[in-house]
Amino acid sequence: MNTTSLRRALVPGITAAALALTISACGAANEKDSGSEGEGTLSGTIKGGGASSQEKGQAAWVAGIQDANPDLSVVYEPVGSGSGREGFISGGYLFAGTDSALNDDEGELTKAKEKCGADPIQVPAYVSPIAVAFNVEGVDKLDLDAATLTGIFSGKITKWNDKAITALNPDAKLPDAAITPVHRSDDSGTQENFTDYLSKAGGWAEEPDGEWPASIKVGEGADGTSGVVTAMQGAGYIGFMDESAARENDLTVASIKVGEDFVEPTPEAAAKILAASKPAGLSDNDMAVEVARTTTEAGVYPVVLVSYLLACPTYENAEDAANVKGYLEYILSEEGQKVSAEEAGSAPLDRETADKALDLVGAIK
Amino acid sequence: MTVAADPGADPGVDPKSDLSGRGSVGDVVFRGLAVAAASLILVALAAVFIFLGIEGIPGFNVDAQHYAGQGSFLGLVVPLLFATMYAAVLALIIAVPFSVAIALFISHYAPRRVAVPVAYVIDLLAAVPSVVFGLWGAVALGPYLVPAHAWLAEHLGWLPFFDGQPSGNGRTLFTASIVLAVMILPIITSICREVFAQTPRLHEEAALALGATRWEMVRYAVFPYARSGMVSAVMLGLGRALGETMAIAMIASPKVVISLFIVGTQNPQTIAAHIAQGYKESTPDRLSVLIATGLVLFAFTFLVNAFARWIVARGRAK
Amino acid sequence: MSNIDLSNEETTLSHATLPRGAQWLVGVAAIALGGLALVLGMGIVGAVVIGVLAFLIGYPLWALLVENRRSATDKLITGLVWTAFGIAVIPLIWLVYMVVARGASVISPEFLTYSMRSVTGDEQGGLYHALMGTLIVTGIAALISIPIGIMTAIYLIEYGKGNRLAKAITFLVDVMTGIPSIVAGLFAFALFTLLVGPGTRFGFGGGVALSLLMIPTVVRSTEEMLKLVPDDLREAAYALGVPKWRTITRMVLPTAIGGIVTGVVLAISRVIGETAPLLVASGFNPNMNSNAFDDSPMMTVPVFIFTQLSEATAKGVSYAWGGALVLFVLVMVLNLIARIVGTIFAPKTGR
Repeated sequence: MNTTSLRRALVPGITAAALALTISACGAANEKDSGSEGEGTLSGTIKGGGASSQEKGQAAWVAGIQDANPDLSVVYEPVGSGSGREGFISGGYLFAGTDSALNDDEGELTKAKEKCGADPIQVPAYVSPIAVAFNVEGVDKLDLDAATLTGIFSGKITKWNDKAITALNPDAKLPDAAITPVHRSDDSGTQENFTDYLSKAGGWAEEPDGEWPASIKVGEGADGTSGVVTAMQGAGYIGFMDESAARENDLTVASIKVGEDFVEPTPEAAAKILAASKPAGLSDNDMAVEVARTTTEAGVYPVVLVSYLLACPTYENAEDAANVKGYLEYILSEEGQKVSAEEAGSAPLDRETADKALDLVGAIK
Repeated sequence: MTVAADPGADPGVDPKSDLSGRGSVGDVVFRGLAVAAASLILVALAAVFIFLGIEGIPGFNVDAQHYAGQGSFLGLVVPLLFATMYAAVLALIIAVPFSVAIALFISHYAPRRVAVPVAYVIDLLAAVPSVVFGLWGAVALGPYLVPAHAWLAEHLGWLPFFDGQPSGNGRTLFTASIVLAVMILPIITSICREVFAQTPRLHEEAALALGATRWEMVRYAVFPYARSGMVSAVMLGLGRALGETMAIAMIASPKVVISLFIVGTQNPQTIAAHIAQGYKESTPDRLSVLIATGLVLFAFTFLVNAFARWIVARGRAK
Repeated sequence: MSNIDLSNEETTLSHATLPRGAQWLVGVAAIALGGLALVLGMGIVGAVVIGVLAFLIGYPLWALLVENRRSATDKLITGLVWTAFGIAVIPLIWLVYMVVARGASVISPEFLTYSMRSVTGDEQGGLYHALMGTLIVTGIAALISIPIGIMTAIYLIEYGKGNRLAKAITFLVDVMTGIPSIVAGLFAFALFTLLVGPGTRFGFGGGVALSLLMIPTVVRSTEEMLKLVPDDLREAAYALGVPKWRTITRMVLPTAIGGIVTGVVLAISRVIGETAPLLVASGFNPNMNSNAFDDSPMMTVPVFIFTQLSEATAKGVSYAWGGALVLFVLVMVLNLIARIVGTIFAPKTGR
């Protein structure tokens, strides 16, 4: 690329001036001896990016693999699923994270196939329960079903003592107060999966999408998970977010009706979803699933975010191939899944799914 | 220190040079540097327009899905522009009376040993980074103002600003405009203070000698003299309020909508906040839409500032 | 109400006046009323509001009864001006208190020397990378803005007085002070997207964005300082046959240097806390990155605060306050430097 040469030409002139500044900036204290105990042999730098829902999980995995391989640097840029897929197709990212499976609706799959020279590998890597949190004084337990949730978030149910809610919660002292549903004002994989659940299980009229439909005139928008968490300070508020964020901030969460039971959002309950879901892969390398939102199986929590990793089966550069393979194998390994469960509150993949994914990833060369 | 060695110091070297040294090599170079630096300002502003244009103009017309559910560029930018002006005007309404009062306090009311530290303290407000203001507004002030929201909605609900279901967490334009007002207050105050202090002493003393009270002196001697300076101060504050990003982005819960309602859950989103919240996860098309809205914001603030200068220049000419 | 002491004044002014110290009397009464409200359970805010209102109404009312309307208006305005000042101080004190109270517990040697590389969960992280990034980015902005700003001011004052280019530049500098900070960020982002490649976010980009915001401030303050240099000084130099450029560099600039340095330091302190342009132009990065020209994001303290807040964890929020305190101290130190420089150079009017 000639842009690089331009930059090279630009650099020396100004570098001299900036040198005095850069000299003073030596390394951070915690970076100097990073992972000196690691014995891994991977080296170099690989860059990936995509879904910000995976950000915390990726941070944990990056930390894990860098500790084990002191000479390896892994960069994950949480730029969003769409940009992640685009970066993967253009070659900017060696691997990508995406909340919605790569498909050919906009020709992305074809382009990715051209880029990789074969069907791209797509494996589930990060499954995380989405909690519905609420803030109603004197109520610390709430049972909801998909239809009621749809009613609340579409603005048809406006009071906490609405019949639909009291019928599910005969024992709760629900006040005659307004409900304020909180949604995401930014484009979000959590939101896409949540609306997908509402539409498959609760009769949500809009297309499931990462962006909140403009046609719904009620509720409060909030920027990012942190925005939703801040908004939840308000009395009468209800919102959805990553279960770990709800737990971290001591929010009260609702149980969701599955079959005849009400299931709490826990990583364990969410982990069972993949086994209950139908495969929807478009090729042998594609492990995308159609998440079983309407499952009636006991103890399965269907409001989950399933996020995938994208990689090529072959890379031109052998070092890149080894690094991507090593990193993805680590992510899918029992240890990798344990690390993200601890640090990001995700649900570890069931071993059957993980082993199948490991087979695909293990073939990268 | 080597004055003699410098050709510019010796007028005899250059036949064209006159007594002021005009035309000597050193002068030509130095003058050239000064002109170049000054012209660079022109170039820089032009470059802002050009590069935002190159990256942003494609954003005027991309797929309808990239306009945050509004369908078209106009559908998106008109509500955003409305909100930008609305928030700035609200902030001005709150800030201007306070700023003028504090400026008067410093220049005419407070004893000197109080006035000096007060001026310093108000200047400190100007130095607080906007992200800190945002943090404070979202975490501390907003929740604190929840009862005020409820009160306004209940008692002043007949006004369109307060007509509706009040917010339960204070993440509203009401809170944001108060924070915005605190942020622009030091700017307006410091300029007003300076122009108030420049009122000719004789005018003031003449007024007092005629038996005017202190307020009458301020009203008839200080204000008329300071009018154009006050307008310019307000306009500067307006400019800052129009462009303020983080405080609004971090405090008000956003919605792309034209609405006067400021204590509820759906607050009109400003251009700057829209950009800050949308940029992090954006495809190239969405990004060019955001840059295009930035171009509109730039053009708009340019016009407002130019208008302000024009008013001030006219005031000065009188 | 009038007593013997005041009878003198009464005759000279020929109408009744309030007794001396009337405002203190009303003040005590107002405080008592506020105290009563507090006792009656109205809460501290309600009590203060009642006390202030009592003073604002009571004092002018008394003046209206004893003196006249004009005096009452004067007293009312005086009360309002004091109240306005009191109200304006509330957010400042509240803000400083929160930043210090919540930030201080986070500050530790580790917090100041660690980066966020590979920091997950409750592990100790820090903002060293952001602090260095802020220094580098602001340093670049200063390196660009100071020469351009000072030379522009020199042109406006020494060369271009009144010509059309100078008028245009003066106007544009004024307009430039009103550039929204996020637009400056978008400009740098758009510029380097075209020059380097799509999505480029790096330290130099942030520096360019900040310099756009800094230049007008530097021009403005330098201009003011140059205007203060007496013309006699310049004319004396010309009379001795000193070329103009040497007059400027040897006579004018040294005379004004104190004010110029103060202005520059204040300009730096204004841009060092900018968030939005850096978010757009230099991005975020948990790792230490000391190369502003490398095509990878550079963290800065304001962006650190913002991203930590976005973590939506208790640790993230407390780190955000810690970052706010560090930034606050940084800005205060710069302000202090500006003041010290200002006072050191202030008494000198010549060399």
